[in-house]
Amino acid sequence: MFDFVSFIPRAVVQGIPLLLGSTGETITEKSGNLNLGIPGIMYVGGICGVIGSFYYEAGKSAQEMNTALTILIPLSCCLLGSFLMGLLYCFLTVTLRANQNVTGLALTTFGVGFGNFFGGSLIKLSGSSLPSIIMTNTSNVFRRTLPFADKTGVFGKLFLNYGFLAYAAVAIALAASYVLNHTRTGLHLRAVGESPTTADAAGINVTRYKYVATCLGAMIAGLGGLYYVMDYACGVWTNDAFGDRGWLAIALVIFTIWRPNVGVLASFLFGGLYILHMYIPSGMNLAVKELYKMAPYVVTIIVLVITSMRNKRENQPPASLGLPYFREER
Amino acid sequence: MNKKTKTPLFHVAKRAALPWYKAWAIRGAALLLALVLCGVITSLVTGEDPIAVYGAIWKGSFGTPRKFWVLLQNIAMLLCVSLAVTPAFRMRCWNLGAEGQALIGGLACAACMILLPGKLPNWAIILCMIVASLLAGAVWAGIPAFFKARYNTNETLFTLMMNYVATQLVAFFCVVWESPKGSGTIGIINPNTQLGWLPQFPSQKYLLNVLIVAVLCVLVYIYLNYSKHGYEIAVVGESERTARYVGIKVEKVIIRTMLLSGAICGLAGLLLVGSTNHTLTPTIVDGRGFTAVMVSWLAKFNPIWMILTSFLLVFLGRGAGEIATKFGLNRSFGDILTGVILFCIIGSEFFINYEIKFTRGAGKED
Repeated sequence: MFDFVSFIPRAVVQGIPLLLGSTGETITEKSGNLNLGIPGIMYVGGICGVIGSFYYEAGKSAQEMNTALTILIPLSCCLLGSFLMGLLYCFLTVTLRANQNVTGLALTTFGVGFGNFFGGSLIKLSGSSLPSIIMTNTSNVFRRTLPFADKTGVFGKLFLNYGFLAYAAVAIALAASYVLNHTRTGLHLRAVGESPTTADAAGINVTRYKYVATCLGAMIAGLGGLYYVMDYACGVWTNDAFGDRGWLAIALVIFTIWRPNVGVLASFLFGGLYILHMYIPSGMNLAVKELYKMAPYVVTIIVLVITSMRNKRENQPPASLGLPYFREER
Repeated sequence: MNKKTKTPLFHVAKRAALPWYKAWAIRGAALLLALVLCGVITSLVTGEDPIAVYGAIWKGSFGTPRKFWVLLQNIAMLLCVSLAVTPAFRMRCWNLGAEGQALIGGLACAACMILLPGKLPNWAIILCMIVASLLAGAVWAGIPAFFKARYNTNETLFTLMMNYVATQLVAFFCVVWESPKGSGTIGIINPNTQLGWLPQFPSQKYLLNVLIVAVLCVLVYIYLNYSKHGYEIAVVGESERTARYVGIKVEKVIIRTMLLSGAICGLAGLLLVGSTNHTLTPTIVDGRGFTAVMVSWLAKFNPIWMILTSFLLVFLGRGAGEIATKFGLNRSFGDILTGVILFCIIGSEFFINYEIKFTRGAGKED
């Protein structure tokens, strides 16, 4: 019997970083920037939060820690770190008009290196005596669930059993979806991504929209990294533990056909596919489990192919995705 | 007809072609800036004298003959993957799937090495390995190419996803062919019989790879610059509509070029598995598929310049590794330095392609 009650919460917890990453990337892509630096940005977001709380938590007991500060310090460090990464990407691709793919990949190299370097050397650099980077107290605050989670049985387990960032992720995704489709700002943003020339002619400040969208997207994606460390991994930083989730977040953008509200359920589906191999009874055959891990990517490819085959206009990537905009070149 | 009351301080204009020596002077300056930045960052983190840091970088590549050969081998492998992606890039077809294509090539090679001994003589096994690797790489690139040509599917995202499918496929076979049992890794294939190992020069283990890639580099250069195919690729890259107008079959060119791209990636996989490592792991390509994108782009898609750019990236990577070992830092420090250098060079391209014209006062400039 497939154990849904234990499977679904784990799928959701797996899905939340992907949801944040893909919401951020969707906003970015809607402005015409294909930011392949998202995996790196998520690493930076995670490690910046870790650095912040590491210095705050060092040498304090749980009682001495101020709950508000415990949340705010990692949160603001994370947002600042990922904002700077987004700003760097924008400066290179929008102001200096560099190639987006190359810049994105460089950003990923840098970001993953940054995360692993500080993850591996933080203890040595700060000269502390701790054996490893574990922020139990901070993590406990991040993991605090809604008050009735334990008492409401299955319902509580499925819906109330998550830290506040998980609910924030869903709220951000829904808000992003609303802003993109139902407000003037969203309309302008989509215009910039579809045809910057037209948007420019209509008096929209293309550069500003690209900057704001990309930096905001990077900050949201960075939160995904923070959620992963503080909530999913219980405040333990392990190098390379975040793995290929950043790429999976980019896959999710395609899978949801650039719709953050679809992303809420789709990310849980992806999270489920990501851990499906632990739940499928495959007996002693470990090899088959490796094949199950392929599932999210294969599903994404199928969606990508089908959307391009059907060629419906509302399901296409933003038309100027990946292209730099230079006013004199039209 | 400028109706704006505010005159901007400067504006940006596209440059006419810059003489190549000026372009490379700008790139050189960017590189210098990057190296200074790296030195400063390293000094700040380690508290060491910057000169000692540069010394360590140098030693990482040229310290001992062995290190020098490892440097050459790494350059050869990175260059091979970079050469593979270049034809596609010239066509503005962003093949980010080199990682997966090389992995699949390596998988095909390993399959031949594991399954064929006992059934075929050694020369036939090697022949099968070569054919299978090239074919596997080509197929892996051919799938996205087909959909790109037929339905205009986004090739950047498609090839990116194919990387992970390839990784999991290799992980699957690593468990299927595991040896010793239960380890989950393949280990050295045919360690005693050395069946299916590509021949080696007795003195130098890596010389064969270096020679093959050197020849390949010249061939790709000629193919891109002096052949009809190369010309067609350039035209499709510049303007698909022009290509259609002059009667080039764009779909055919896309598929053909991607097949070639994948086949060379397959060759990289063959060299990695059959000649260097004699084993297969899901991480055997080691991110080269992504680094290759940057190598190729930094060299302006010119195979000869790519020797220089791949040298640069490998040299810095190994240098940073040396720093990490010497000063007891995490090895990922190299990635940070590589990132800094890439950002500087990427940024410098702006000053090659565009110029900033300062507007003097309210009068018209020029």
